[in-house]
Amino acid sequence: MNTWSRFNIVSVVLGFAFLYLPIVLLVVFSFNESKLVTVWAGFSTKWYVSLFNNRGLMDAAWVTIRVALLSATIATVLGTMAALALTRYTRFRGRLLFSGMVYAPLVMPEVITGLSLLLLFVAIGLDRGFVTVTLAHITFSMCFVTVVVQSRLLSFDRSIEEAAMDLGATPVRTFLEVTLPVIAPAVLSGWMLALTLSLDDLVIASFTSGPGATTLPMKIYSQVRLGVTPEINAACTILIGLVAIGVIIASIMTKRREVQRQRDEQAAIAGR
Amino acid sequence: MKSLGNIRRSFAPWADPAAKPFITFRNVTKKFGDFTAVDNLTLDIYHREFFALLGASGCGKSTLLRMLAGFERPTSGEIILDGQDIASIPPYKRPVNMMFQSYALFPHMTVESNIGFGLRQDGMPKNEIAERVAQMLKLVKLEQFAKRKPHQLSGGQRQRVALARSLAKRPKVLLLDEPLGALDKKLREETQFELMDLQQDLGLTFVVVTHDQEEAMTMADRIAVMSHGKVIQVATPAEIYEAPNSRFVADFIGDVNILDGKVSASGNGKIELVTNDGFTVRTASAGAPASGSAAGFAIRPEKLKVSRNAPTDATVNAAEGEVWDIGYLGDMTVFYVKLGSGKVVKASMLNAQREVENPIAYDEKVWVSFGETAGVVLKD
Amino acid sequence: MSKLGSAIFSRLVIIIPYAWLLFFFLVPFLIVFRISLSTTAIAQPPYEPVFALADGLSGIWAKIGEFSFDNFVWLTEDALYLNAYLSSVWIAGVSTLATLLIGYPIAYGMAQAPRSLRPTLLMLVILPFWTSFLIRVYAWIAILKPEGLLNQFLIGTGIIDSPLIILGTNWAIYIGIVYSYLPFMVLPLYSALEKMDNTLIEAAQDLGCPQITAFWKITFPLSLPGVVAGCMLVFIPAVGEFVIPDLLGGSQTLMIGKTLWNEFNANRDWPVSAAVATILLLILVVPIVFFQNAQAKAEEQGR
Repeated sequence: MNTWSRFNIVSVVLGFAFLYLPIVLLVVFSFNESKLVTVWAGFSTKWYVSLFNNRGLMDAAWVTIRVALLSATIATVLGTMAALALTRYTRFRGRLLFSGMVYAPLVMPEVITGLSLLLLFVAIGLDRGFVTVTLAHITFSMCFVTVVVQSRLLSFDRSIEEAAMDLGATPVRTFLEVTLPVIAPAVLSGWMLALTLSLDDLVIASFTSGPGATTLPMKIYSQVRLGVTPEINAACTILIGLVAIGVIIASIMTKRREVQRQRDEQAAIAGR
Repeated sequence: MKSLGNIRRSFAPWADPAAKPFITFRNVTKKFGDFTAVDNLTLDIYHREFFALLGASGCGKSTLLRMLAGFERPTSGEIILDGQDIASIPPYKRPVNMMFQSYALFPHMTVESNIGFGLRQDGMPKNEIAERVAQMLKLVKLEQFAKRKPHQLSGGQRQRVALARSLAKRPKVLLLDEPLGALDKKLREETQFELMDLQQDLGLTFVVVTHDQEEAMTMADRIAVMSHGKVIQVATPAEIYEAPNSRFVADFIGDVNILDGKVSASGNGKIELVTNDGFTVRTASAGAPASGSAAGFAIRPEKLKVSRNAPTDATVNAAEGEVWDIGYLGDMTVFYVKLGSGKVVKASMLNAQREVENPIAYDEKVWVSFGETAGVVLKD
Repeated sequence: MSKLGSAIFSRLVIIIPYAWLLFFFLVPFLIVFRISLSTTAIAQPPYEPVFALADGLSGIWAKIGEFSFDNFVWLTEDALYLNAYLSSVWIAGVSTLATLLIGYPIAYGMAQAPRSLRPTLLMLVILPFWTSFLIRVYAWIAILKPEGLLNQFLIGTGIIDSPLIILGTNWAIYIGIVYSYLPFMVLPLYSALEKMDNTLIEAAQDLGCPQITAFWKITFPLSLPGVVAGCMLVFIPAVGEFVIPDLLGGSQTLMIGKTLWNEFNANRDWPVSAAVATILLLILVVPIVFFQNAQAKAEEQGR
C-alpha cells in the first residue's frame, strides 16, 4: 500500500494552484465593471456585449475556426498514416529521415517553422492567405497526431489484425474494419490536439497568413500589444469556456462508456 | 540430498517446550479499510527453520510476510524477532531481507551492484563489499555474469541474482515471496533443492510464501495453511497431509475423498461412522467424538485399494462398486469407482509392474478397501 | 491480388506523409539556407539573386556565383546577434531548470496519488494546455504589472512597501516560460514515474535504504529518460520563444526569436533573418538529435 504523503499532496496542490490561478483571475476580471483589469469595480457583462459588437474579432474567430477544422482533419489523416508507417514498416529506405521529420517539428521553435514555410510559399508563388495558413497548420500539427496515434499502435495487439487477414480480409479492409475502430479514440484525441494547436497558434499564422485571413490569436495579439483590456479577458473567457465544455463532455462520455463496460463485464462474469 | 534427511529428522524445535521461538506473531491483526487481511493471528517460527506460509491468493500470507519485512504495520498485536518487538522499526533497519516475487532487480544497475546494494547502504568498506559480492556470485553460480544488467539475464538467472542480493547482508531471516513462481516447472524443481541446501548450509531462518502446495511440501520444515487471514493448521508437511485438522486443510492439500456421516460408536481410540451413503467405516481416531455427532471421514486416493475380490481381513473396511472412469497417468492409474449409493470415490494405484495381465476395465464390479488407520476423522 | 493490394497500401501509407513532410518541412529549410546566402534587395521578393527559368542553365550558374556568406559574417560582427543567441540559451536554460525543479515534485506527487485519482490529476495538468498559449501568457501581464495583482497582494499583506518591478524583466520571462511549459515537463516525468515498479523502492528499503536515499538511488535514475524528454521539450522551443519575451519581457530583453521576428517583419531583411534562423537551427541541432534519440529509444522499448 503506498500512502499519499503530505509532501506529495502539498506539491500537487501548489502545482495546480500555480497552473490555474492566472486563468481564474483572468476569467474573474472579464466581469469587471472598470476598464482596468487589475482593480475590481463591480460585476458587469458589458465587455461581452462589446466583444460581440467587435466585427474584427468575430471575423477573425470565424477564420480561425475554419482553418482549425480543415487543418486538423487533414493533419489527422496524414498523421495517422505516418504513425502506421513508423510502427508497421520498420524497414524502408529513408526511415531515419522520415522519423526525424516527424519528431523535429514537435520541438522546432515556431519562428523557424513559420519563417521557412513563408519562404516556401513565396518561392512557389502561392499568395498568402487562408490556404497557406491551413497548409502550415497541417504540417506542424500532423506530427503531434503521429505521436499520439503511434503510442496507441505500439500497444496494439497485432494478432487481431492477423486474425482478420486469416479470415480473408484484405489489408485495406483489415485496416478499416479492425485497426481503425480499435485506434479510433487515439485518432480522435489526435484530431482534438491538432484542432487546439491550430486554434492556439500565433507565430506560424503570423508568418504564413495574409490579408483577409487574420486569425483570432493574431487579432488578440495585436490588441494586447496596444494594452490589456477586459474585452480580451472576455474573449479569452469564452475560449476557455468552450474548451472546458468540450473537455467535460468528452470525459463524461468516456466515463459513461467505462461504467457501461464494467457493467457488461460484470454481467458477463455473472453468466447472464 | 546429502545427509540432509538425517538433520531434518532430528530438527523439531517446535516439539521442544524449552525451545524459544525466533519469530513470534502475537494476536496480529491487519486491516485495510474494512478488509481484514490478517485476523488476530498468533504464530511461532523457530531459528533455522524453513517455514512456509501456504494459502490461496488473498488469504493474508503475503501481508504477513510484508509485516515481517516492515512494509506494513500491524493494526494491532506485536511481532517479535529475536526477542525484540520490531513493529516500530522501519524496513531499512530490520535485520531481515526479502526476495521479491517480481525479483525487483534494479534495472539500471549491474548484477554486481545489485548484489552489493545493501552492503553499500551499511557503509561497508569497498574491498569487503567486492569480496562479499564475489562470494555471493559464487554461491549462486553467476560469476561470469557480474557485469550484466538484469535484462540480459534469463528468468532463472534473475531469480538467483535476487536471492544473492537478499542474502548478501547475511540477514537473520530471509523472506521469500513466491520465490519460484516465475520459473518453469523443471527449473522450479531444481531450484527447490538448491534453496534447501542453501538454507541448510547458511543456517538461516527462511520464511517462504507460496500458493504451490508441492513447493511447500518439498521445502518446508513446517507449513502454516492459511485462509481468510487465519492460520488453519501449522504442522510438518507429513502431518498436514496425513492428519489434516479440518475439512479445509484436507481439501486444500492434495486429493481427498470426503465421506460425510454420523458417529455410531466410539471408544478405545476407535470409532464407527456411518456415512450418509449408508456405508460403515471403522477407523482409528485421536480425539473420540461423541456417538451421534456429525463427522466427516477423509481418505486420500492412494490409501484406497481397488480389487476384484472382496478383502478377507476383518479389520479392513470394504465397499463394493463399479468402475466409472479410469485415468492412466503412467506412474499410476486413477480409478473413479461408483459405490452402491451412487457416491463416486477416487482411488489411485501405483503401476509397479510394467505389464499387467488382464487389467481392471471400465464398468467392472470391484471392491474398494482401506485399513483402520488409512483415513482421518474430521470433526466439524 | 491481396499481396498487390497490401503492397500498394503500405506504399501509400509511407509515401503520402513522407512526401508531405519533405515538401513542407525539409524543402523550406533548404530555401531558408539558400536565402541566407542572398543579399537584400528592394524588390518582391526582397532578395537577390532570384532564379527564373528564362535565365537558362548558364544564367542560373552565374547567379549561384552571387551567393555569399556575408550575412553570416555580419551576424558574427554585430554583437547584438551574438548576445541575443547567448541570452536566449541562458534564459531557456534557467527556465528549463526551474521548470524541472517545480515539475518534478508535482509529477512525483501525481504518480504517488491513489490510482483512482490519477486520471483526474493527469487531466488537470493537460487542461491548461488546451486553453490558448497566448491567453495564458496574457493572464500574467495583469498579475505582474507594477500595479498588478501580485503587487497589490504583497503590498496589501504588508510583505513589501513598494511594488516589485517584474514585468519587463527577465524574471517575467522565466515565470512565463515555466508557467507555459510546465505541462510539457510534468507529463513525461509523470509517465516515467508512474511506470516505476514500487517493489523496487521496497527492495531498496529492505536492503537498508531510508526513503530519501532510495529516491536518489532508484527513483531518480530510473526517471532520467523522463527528465531528458521533459527538459528537451521545454528547452528547445524556449530558445526560439517569441510570444513570451515580446509580451512579458522589456525592450532591453534580447531573445533570438524576437530578434528574428523584428528583422523579418520590421526591417524586412529576409536574407539576414534567414541567416539568423539557420544559426538558431544549428544551435538546436544537438538537443534535437538528443531528443530524437530518446524518442527512438522509447519507441524501441514500447515495441
